[in-house]
Amino acid sequence: MTHVDFIERQDELIAGISAEIDHHTVVGIREEIDRRMFYRRPRRLTLDLGSVGFMDSSGIALIIGRCEVARSMGATVRLVGLSAQLSKLIRLSGVERIDNLTVAPCER
Amino acid sequence: MKRIINEMKLRLRAIGENEAVARACISAFIAELDPTVEELCDLRCAISEAVTNSIVHGYKGYSQNIPTFIYISARIYDNREVTVEIADTGCGIEDIDRARTPSFTTGDPGQRCGMGFLVMESFTDSMSVKSKLGRGTTVLLRKNLKPYAEEKTCHKG
Repeated sequence: MTHVDFIERQDELIAGISAEIDHHTVVGIREEIDRRMFYRRPRRLTLDLGSVGFMDSSGIALIIGRCEVARSMGATVRLVGLSAQLSKLIRLSGVERIDNLTVAPCER
Repeated sequence: MKRIINEMKLRLRAIGENEAVARACISAFIAELDPTVEELCDLRCAISEAVTNSIVHGYKGYSQNIPTFIYISARIYDNREVTVEIADTGCGIEDIDRARTPSFTTGDPGQRCGMGFLVMESFTDSMSVKSKLGRGTTVLLRKNLKPYAEEKTCHKG
């Protein structure tokens, strides 16, 4: 079962996640993104969370981990499509302080 | 004196699939209170963390051949208070204060980031943890839903 749709644009890899992100589902999502990251080696990874119906702190672990993978290839990470609820979780986690991560303002 | 108006008890196998099941059951259970989107999301998130903790930490290293269970017991009171107790009979927590420290985790850092208790605490009105080494852990979450609001004039998706 695929949870991630990819769009490739020049140096950017956009990963649109459409799943509930919890500890159980995060493994598959992480593997799909990493596989494509190592294959494409983009300059920027954009995680589009616009179709994420639910996310708990496992999603935060996913974001932190992808920032590390991106850093290992000199890339940055951008989060887009945040709902009010996701923004709240993101703020609570403090991931905005990660230096190669930018968080687009809440859109919905 | 507050009165219980509804109760639910669930016994779920401690497997990852049931993280989503536990969330869905709680959503259905409190639907009659017509919670706001935020209240519902908060509670779903807090419960997901508690159930995940039981699976990942409580039953860490337990044999897959012998089923382990998570016991969820939820109540609705007539003052719109919701309580959810999530219990396991796993290994227990040696040092609860340490476990509650953000970014402390005994799990796989790729899947967990040590925020579980912080989320539970932040997204509910109160959280308490009882644990006995070798006996298990019980988390009690309490959330007071806002009074039935006068119709909101501005509804943002």
